[in-house]
Amino acid sequence: MRAYHLAVLAALPCLIPALLSAQGPDGPRIDSPFRSPIQFTDEATPPPIPADVTDDRRVARNYPEQPPVIPHNVRDYQLNLNTNRCLTCHSRQYTEAVQAPMISITHYVDRDGQTLGAISPRRYFCMQCHIPQTVAQPLVPNTFHDIDSMISRPSDGGAAK
Amino acid sequence: MRLKLPEFLLRPWRTLSSPSRYLSLGFLTLGGFAAGVLFWGGFNTALEATNKENFCVTCHEMNTNVYEELKQTIHFTNRSGVRATCPDCHVPHEWTDKIARKMQASKEVWGKIFGTINTRDKFIAMRRELAEHEWARLKANNSLECRNCHSAESMDITKQGARAARVHEAYLFTGQRTCIDCHKGIAHQLPNMEGVPPGWSETASGKGTIGHWLAGAEE
Repeated sequence: MRAYHLAVLAALPCLIPALLSAQGPDGPRIDSPFRSPIQFTDEATPPPIPADVTDDRRVARNYPEQPPVIPHNVRDYQLNLNTNRCLTCHSRQYTEAVQAPMISITHYVDRDGQTLGAISPRRYFCMQCHIPQTVAQPLVPNTFHDIDSMISRPSDGGAAK
Repeated sequence: MRLKLPEFLLRPWRTLSSPSRYLSLGFLTLGGFAAGVLFWGGFNTALEATNKENFCVTCHEMNTNVYEELKQTIHFTNRSGVRATCPDCHVPHEWTDKIARKMQASKEVWGKIFGTINTRDKFIAMRRELAEHEWARLKANNSLECRNCHSAESMDITKQGARAARVHEAYLFTGQRTCIDCHKGIAHQLPNMEGVPPGWSETASGKGTIGHWLAGAEE
Protein backbone atom coordinates (compact mmCIF):
# COMPACT_ATOMS: atom_id res chain seq x y z
CA MET A 1 0.00 0.00 0.00
CA ARG A 2 2.85 2.32 0.80
CA ALA A 3 4.19 2.07 -2.73
CA TYR A 4 0.70 2.74 -4.10
CA HIS A 5 0.42 5.97 -2.09
CA LEU A 6 3.79 7.12 -3.30
CA ALA A 7 2.77 6.50 -6.91
CA VAL A 8 -0.38 8.61 -6.46
CA LEU A 9 1.65 11.41 -4.90
CA ALA A 10 4.14 11.30 -7.76
CA ALA A 11 1.36 11.50 -10.35
CA LEU A 12 -0.35 14.50 -8.71
CA PRO A 13 1.77 17.26 -10.30
CA CYS A 14 0.91 15.81 -13.71
CA LEU A 15 -2.74 15.25 -12.95
CA ILE A 16 -3.67 18.67 -11.54
CA PRO A 17 -3.00 20.78 -14.66
CA ALA A 18 -4.70 18.08 -16.74
CA LEU A 19 -7.79 18.27 -14.52
CA LEU A 20 -7.80 22.06 -14.64
CA SER A 21 -7.53 22.24 -18.39
CA ALA A 22 -10.23 19.59 -18.71
CA GLN A 23 -12.70 21.97 -17.11
CA GLY A 24 -13.21 23.65 -20.46
CA PRO A 25 -14.32 27.23 -21.17
CA ASP A 26 -16.43 27.43 -18.02
CA GLY A 27 -13.41 27.03 -15.77
CA PRO A 28 -11.84 29.73 -13.60
CA ARG A 29 -10.85 32.87 -15.46
CA ILE A 30 -8.51 35.59 -14.49
CA ASP A 31 -10.51 38.77 -14.17
CA SER A 32 -8.00 41.56 -14.57
CA PRO A 33 -8.16 44.83 -16.48
CA PHE A 34 -4.60 44.27 -17.63
CA ARG A 35 -5.16 41.10 -19.62
CA SER A 36 -7.79 39.59 -21.82
CA PRO A 37 -10.18 37.07 -20.21
CA ILE A 38 -8.52 33.71 -20.84
CA GLN A 39 -7.84 30.53 -18.92
CA PHE A 40 -4.79 30.93 -16.76
CA THR A 41 -3.38 27.79 -18.30
CA ASP A 42 -3.53 29.36 -21.76
CA GLU A 43 -0.97 31.66 -23.21
CA ALA A 44 -2.32 34.88 -24.63
CA THR A 45 -0.76 36.27 -27.78
CA PRO A 46 0.69 39.60 -26.79
CA PRO A 47 -0.45 42.58 -28.84
CA PRO A 48 2.18 44.14 -31.12
CA ILE A 49 4.40 46.73 -29.45
CA PRO A 50 2.93 50.12 -30.32
CA ALA A 51 5.00 52.68 -32.19
CA ASP A 52 6.49 55.69 -30.45
CA VAL A 53 5.00 59.13 -30.94
CA THR A 54 7.88 61.19 -32.33
CA ASP A 55 6.12 64.04 -34.13
CA ASP A 56 7.83 66.79 -32.06
CA ARG A 57 4.49 68.44 -31.30
CA ARG A 58 3.93 69.57 -27.75
CA VAL A 59 0.96 67.92 -26.05
CA ALA A 60 -1.37 69.96 -23.83
CA ARG A 61 -1.25 69.05 -20.16
CA ASN A 62 -4.39 67.53 -18.69
CA TYR A 63 -3.87 69.41 -15.44
CA PRO A 64 -1.41 72.18 -14.61
CA GLU A 65 0.90 70.04 -12.50
CA GLN A 66 1.22 67.27 -15.07
CA PRO A 67 4.83 66.73 -16.17
CA PRO A 68 4.84 67.44 -19.93
CA VAL A 69 5.22 64.28 -21.99
CA ILE A 70 8.16 63.76 -24.37
CA PRO A 71 7.12 64.11 -28.04
CA HIS A 72 10.38 62.84 -29.53
CA ASN A 73 12.45 59.68 -29.79
CA VAL A 74 14.55 58.91 -26.72
CA ARG A 75 16.13 55.66 -27.78
CA ASP A 76 19.70 55.24 -26.48
CA TYR A 77 19.52 58.53 -24.57
CA GLN A 78 21.92 58.14 -21.69
CA LEU A 79 20.62 59.42 -18.39
CA ASN A 80 22.89 58.43 -15.53
CA LEU A 81 25.43 59.85 -13.10
CA ASN A 82 27.96 60.39 -15.88
CA THR A 83 25.80 62.26 -18.34
CA ASN A 84 22.30 63.59 -18.90
CA ARG A 85 21.32 63.69 -22.55
CA CYS A 86 18.09 65.60 -21.87
CA LEU A 87 19.94 68.52 -20.30
CA THR A 88 22.17 68.95 -23.36
CA CYS A 89 19.13 70.58 -24.99
CA HIS A 90 16.69 71.49 -22.23
CA SER A 91 19.00 73.14 -19.71
CA ARG A 92 19.04 76.93 -19.69
CA GLN A 93 22.32 77.54 -21.50
CA TYR A 94 21.69 75.19 -24.44
CA THR A 95 18.10 76.00 -25.39
CA GLU A 96 18.93 78.64 -27.96
CA ALA A 97 20.80 76.53 -30.48
CA VAL A 98 18.27 73.69 -30.51
CA GLN A 99 15.11 75.69 -29.67
CA ALA A 100 14.12 73.23 -26.98
CA PRO A 101 11.81 74.30 -24.13
CA MET A 102 13.80 75.09 -21.02
CA ILE A 103 13.18 73.00 -17.93
CA SER A 104 10.97 74.78 -15.42
CA ILE A 105 12.68 76.98 -12.85
CA THR A 106 11.07 74.82 -10.18
CA HIS A 107 13.69 72.24 -11.15
CA TYR A 108 16.44 74.52 -9.84
CA VAL A 109 14.96 74.60 -6.34
CA ASP A 110 16.09 72.05 -3.81
CA ARG A 111 13.88 70.60 -1.11
CA ASP A 112 14.78 73.39 1.33
CA GLY A 113 13.50 76.04 -1.05
CA GLN A 114 16.98 77.18 -2.05
CA THR A 115 17.39 78.11 -5.71
CA LEU A 116 20.53 76.53 -7.13
CA GLY A 117 22.67 77.49 -10.11
CA ALA A 118 21.97 74.23 -11.90
CA ILE A 119 19.35 71.52 -11.79
CA SER A 120 18.51 70.23 -8.33
CA PRO A 121 19.70 66.66 -7.71
CA ARG A 122 16.16 65.54 -6.87
CA ARG A 123 15.04 66.61 -10.36
CA TYR A 124 18.01 65.14 -12.22
CA PHE A 125 16.45 61.93 -13.51
CA CYS A 126 14.03 63.43 -16.03
CA MET A 127 12.28 60.25 -17.06
CA GLN A 128 11.03 59.52 -13.57
CA CYS A 129 8.24 62.00 -14.42
CA HIS A 130 8.51 62.92 -18.11
CA ILE A 131 7.80 59.98 -20.37
CA PRO A 132 7.53 59.37 -24.11
CA GLN A 133 4.18 58.34 -25.55
CA THR A 134 3.11 55.51 -27.84
CA VAL A 135 0.08 55.10 -30.08
CA ALA A 136 -1.31 52.36 -27.79
CA GLN A 137 -5.05 52.50 -27.17
CA PRO A 138 -6.15 52.66 -23.51
CA LEU A 139 -7.07 49.26 -22.07
CA VAL A 140 -9.84 50.75 -19.94
CA PRO A 141 -11.93 53.84 -20.75
CA ASN A 142 -10.75 57.02 -19.06
CA THR A 143 -13.38 59.25 -17.47
CA PHE A 144 -11.05 62.08 -16.51
CA HIS A 145 -12.37 65.61 -17.04
CA ASP A 146 -10.08 68.58 -16.86
CA ILE A 147 -10.85 71.66 -14.79
CA ASP A 148 -12.31 73.66 -17.68
CA SER A 149 -14.92 71.06 -18.53
CA MET A 150 -15.79 70.74 -14.83
CA ILE A 151 -16.39 74.50 -14.52
CA SER A 152 -18.44 74.79 -17.70
CA ARG A 153 -20.58 71.77 -16.77
CA PRO A 154 -24.24 72.80 -16.09
CA SER A 155 -25.04 72.86 -12.40
CA ASP A 156 -27.55 70.44 -10.95
CA GLY A 157 -28.93 73.27 -8.78
CA GLY A 158 -27.69 71.79 -5.54
CA ALA A 159 -29.89 68.67 -5.89
CA ALA A 160 -27.10 66.24 -5.08
CA LYS A 161 -26.40 66.76 -1.39
CA MET B 1 91.93 57.34 -48.73
CA ARG B 2 89.01 55.05 -49.35
CA LEU B 3 87.01 53.86 -46.39
CA LYS B 4 87.38 50.09 -46.03
CA LEU B 5 84.05 48.45 -45.23
CA PRO B 6 84.15 45.52 -42.81
CA GLU B 7 84.07 42.06 -44.31
CA PHE B 8 80.67 41.08 -42.83
CA LEU B 9 79.07 43.90 -44.87
CA LEU B 10 81.01 43.33 -48.05
CA ARG B 11 80.33 39.64 -48.38
CA PRO B 12 76.50 39.82 -48.62
CA TRP B 13 76.78 42.79 -50.97
CA ARG B 14 79.04 40.82 -53.33
CA THR B 15 76.61 37.93 -53.27
CA LEU B 16 73.68 40.19 -54.09
CA SER B 17 75.42 42.19 -56.80
CA SER B 18 77.03 39.29 -58.71
CA PRO B 19 75.06 37.13 -61.20
CA SER B 20 73.48 34.00 -59.92
CA ARG B 21 75.85 31.02 -60.23
CA TYR B 22 73.63 27.97 -59.59
CA LEU B 23 69.96 29.05 -59.83
CA SER B 24 68.37 29.91 -63.16
CA LEU B 25 66.94 33.33 -63.93
CA GLY B 26 63.55 31.71 -64.50
CA PHE B 27 63.54 30.08 -61.08
CA LEU B 28 64.54 33.34 -59.41
CA THR B 29 61.96 35.53 -61.15
CA LEU B 30 59.03 33.07 -61.02
CA GLY B 31 60.00 31.81 -57.58
CA GLY B 32 60.32 35.37 -56.36
CA PHE B 33 56.92 36.16 -57.78
CA ALA B 34 55.33 33.12 -56.13
CA ALA B 35 57.04 33.86 -52.82
CA GLY B 36 55.84 37.46 -53.07
CA VAL B 37 52.25 36.35 -53.60
CA LEU B 38 52.53 34.04 -50.59
CA PHE B 39 54.05 36.61 -48.27
CA TRP B 40 51.85 39.52 -49.30
CA GLY B 41 48.74 37.37 -49.29
CA GLY B 42 49.64 35.97 -45.90
CA PHE B 43 50.28 39.42 -44.51
CA ASN B 44 46.99 40.76 -45.76
CA THR B 45 45.09 37.71 -44.56
CA ALA B 46 46.57 38.12 -41.09
CA LEU B 47 45.76 41.83 -41.20
CA GLU B 48 42.19 41.12 -42.23
CA ALA B 49 41.84 38.51 -39.47
CA THR B 50 42.77 41.10 -36.85
CA ASN B 51 40.25 43.47 -38.39
CA LYS B 52 37.17 41.43 -37.55
CA GLU B 53 34.81 41.76 -34.64
CA ASN B 54 35.42 38.13 -33.65
CA PHE B 55 39.06 39.00 -33.08
CA CYS B 56 38.23 42.13 -31.04
CA VAL B 57 35.90 40.34 -28.65
CA THR B 58 38.34 37.51 -27.93
CA CYS B 59 39.74 39.88 -25.31
CA HIS B 60 37.43 39.98 -22.32
CA GLU B 61 38.18 43.70 -21.94
CA MET B 62 36.24 44.26 -25.16
CA ASN B 63 33.77 41.42 -24.84
CA THR B 64 32.40 42.17 -21.37
CA ASN B 65 32.54 45.96 -21.50
CA VAL B 66 32.14 47.79 -24.76
CA TYR B 67 30.69 44.94 -26.82
CA GLU B 68 27.88 44.34 -24.32
CA GLU B 69 27.08 48.04 -24.43
CA LEU B 70 27.10 48.10 -28.21
CA LYS B 71 24.48 45.32 -28.33
CA GLN B 72 21.89 47.64 -26.79
CA THR B 73 22.32 50.45 -29.27
CA ILE B 74 20.91 51.14 -32.71
CA HIS B 75 24.26 50.34 -34.29
CA PHE B 76 23.75 46.70 -33.29
CA THR B 77 20.00 46.13 -33.20
CA ASN B 78 17.59 47.96 -35.50
CA ARG B 79 14.69 47.43 -37.89
CA SER B 80 16.71 46.69 -41.04
CA GLY B 81 19.38 44.46 -39.51
CA VAL B 82 22.31 46.36 -40.96
CA ARG B 83 24.88 46.80 -38.24
CA ALA B 84 28.28 48.25 -37.55
CA THR B 85 31.07 46.01 -36.30
CA CYS B 86 33.99 47.24 -34.18
CA PRO B 87 36.44 47.95 -37.05
CA ASP B 88 33.80 49.82 -39.06
CA CYS B 89 34.11 52.70 -36.61
CA HIS B 90 37.45 52.16 -34.92
CA VAL B 91 39.79 51.28 -37.83
CA PRO B 92 40.22 53.51 -40.90
CA HIS B 93 39.25 51.81 -44.15
CA GLU B 94 42.04 53.40 -46.24
CA TRP B 95 45.11 51.16 -46.37
CA THR B 96 47.72 53.72 -45.25
CA ASP B 97 45.62 55.01 -42.37
CA LYS B 98 44.73 51.46 -41.45
CA ILE B 99 48.41 50.45 -41.16
CA ALA B 100 49.10 53.57 -39.08
CA ARG B 101 46.23 52.71 -36.75
CA LYS B 102 47.40 49.09 -36.54
CA MET B 103 50.83 50.28 -35.45
CA GLN B 104 49.22 52.50 -32.82
CA ALA B 105 47.31 49.46 -31.64
CA SER B 106 50.56 47.86 -30.48
CA LYS B 107 50.07 50.07 -27.40
CA GLU B 108 46.84 48.19 -26.82
CA VAL B 109 48.73 44.89 -26.92
CA TRP B 110 50.97 46.32 -24.21
CA GLY B 111 47.87 47.24 -22.20
CA LYS B 112 46.48 43.75 -22.65
CA ILE B 113 49.71 42.08 -21.47
CA PHE B 114 50.02 44.26 -18.38
CA GLY B 115 46.28 44.30 -17.60
CA THR B 116 45.70 48.06 -17.83
CA ILE B 117 41.92 47.64 -18.01
CA ASN B 118 41.50 44.00 -17.03
CA THR B 119 38.73 44.72 -14.51
CA ARG B 120 35.51 46.66 -14.91
CA ASP B 121 36.61 49.21 -12.30
CA LYS B 122 39.91 49.85 -14.05
CA PHE B 123 38.07 50.24 -17.33
CA ILE B 124 35.57 52.74 -15.94
CA ALA B 125 38.35 54.71 -14.28
CA MET B 126 40.12 55.02 -17.65
CA ARG B 127 37.01 55.50 -19.72
CA ARG B 128 37.20 59.30 -20.04
CA GLU B 129 40.80 59.13 -21.29
CA LEU B 130 40.05 56.35 -23.77
CA ALA B 131 36.96 58.15 -25.01
CA GLU B 132 38.90 61.38 -25.49
CA HIS B 133 41.37 59.52 -27.70
CA GLU B 134 38.54 58.38 -29.95
CA TRP B 135 36.86 61.82 -29.98
CA ALA B 136 40.18 63.43 -30.92
CA ARG B 137 40.79 60.88 -33.68
CA LEU B 138 37.33 61.33 -35.21
CA LYS B 139 37.53 65.10 -34.84
CA ALA B 140 40.88 65.12 -36.64
CA ASN B 141 39.68 63.08 -39.63
CA ASN B 142 36.31 64.87 -39.87
CA SER B 143 34.38 61.83 -38.59
CA LEU B 144 35.58 59.73 -41.52
CA GLU B 145 34.42 56.43 -40.04
CA CYS B 146 30.90 57.82 -39.55
CA ARG B 147 30.86 59.15 -43.09
CA ASN B 148 31.89 55.80 -44.56
CA CYS B 149 28.21 54.92 -44.10
CA HIS B 150 26.42 58.21 -43.33
CA SER B 151 27.04 60.67 -46.13
CA ALA B 152 25.76 64.22 -45.87
CA GLU B 153 24.93 64.18 -49.62
CA SER B 154 22.60 61.21 -49.26
CA MET B 155 20.98 62.54 -46.11
CA ASP B 156 17.33 63.39 -46.78
CA ILE B 157 16.50 65.77 -43.97
CA THR B 158 12.81 65.76 -44.87
CA LYS B 159 12.80 62.19 -43.57
CA GLN B 160 14.34 63.28 -40.29
CA GLY B 161 12.67 64.64 -37.24
CA ALA B 162 12.23 68.40 -37.20
CA ARG B 163 14.88 68.78 -34.52
CA ALA B 164 17.47 66.68 -36.31
CA ALA B 165 16.79 68.38 -39.67
CA ARG B 166 17.22 71.85 -38.20
CA VAL B 167 20.47 71.05 -36.42
CA HIS B 168 21.96 69.15 -39.39
CA GLU B 169 21.13 72.02 -41.71
CA ALA B 170 22.65 74.61 -39.39
CA TYR B 171 25.80 72.78 -38.34
CA LEU B 172 26.57 69.73 -40.50
CA PHE B 173 25.84 71.06 -43.99
CA THR B 174 27.66 74.31 -43.28
CA GLY B 175 30.70 72.38 -42.09
CA GLN B 176 30.70 74.15 -38.73
CA ARG B 177 30.65 70.88 -36.85
CA THR B 178 31.45 67.27 -37.57
CA CYS B 179 29.48 64.17 -36.55
CA ILE B 180 31.40 63.39 -33.36
CA ASP B 181 30.85 66.88 -31.93
CA CYS B 182 27.21 66.04 -31.20
CA HIS B 183 27.02 62.26 -31.57
CA LYS B 184 29.20 61.11 -28.70
CA GLY B 185 28.34 57.88 -26.97
CA ILE B 186 26.12 56.60 -29.79
CA ALA B 187 27.50 53.07 -29.55
CA HIS B 188 28.86 52.86 -26.01
CA GLN B 189 28.11 54.32 -22.63
CA LEU B 190 29.63 57.70 -21.94
CA PRO B 191 32.29 58.51 -19.34
CA ASN B 192 31.80 61.33 -16.87
CA MET B 193 30.91 64.19 -19.22
CA GLU B 194 31.71 67.01 -16.83
CA GLY B 195 33.15 69.91 -18.81
CA VAL B 196 32.22 68.46 -22.20
CA PRO B 197 29.61 70.80 -23.72
CA PRO B 198 27.23 69.43 -26.38
CA GLY B 199 28.33 70.02 -29.94
CA TRP B 200 25.69 72.67 -30.66
CA SER B 201 26.68 74.90 -27.75
CA GLU B 202 28.62 78.10 -28.32
CA THR B 203 31.50 77.00 -26.10
CA ALA B 204 31.97 73.99 -28.35
CA SER B 205 32.76 76.18 -31.38
CA GLY B 206 36.39 76.68 -30.31
CA LYS B 207 39.25 75.15 -32.25
CA GLY B 208 40.71 71.74 -31.54
CA THR B 209 38.93 68.87 -29.93
CA ILE B 210 35.50 69.67 -28.59
CA GLY B 211 35.72 69.83 -24.85
CA HIS B 212 39.50 69.93 -24.93
CA TRP B 213 41.08 72.04 -22.20
CA LEU B 214 42.74 74.22 -24.85
CA ALA B 215 39.42 75.16 -26.41
CA GLY B 216 38.53 77.49 -23.55
CA ALA B 217 42.02 78.88 -23.00
CA GLU B 218 42.29 80.64 -26.35
CA GLU B 219 39.47 83.08 -25.70
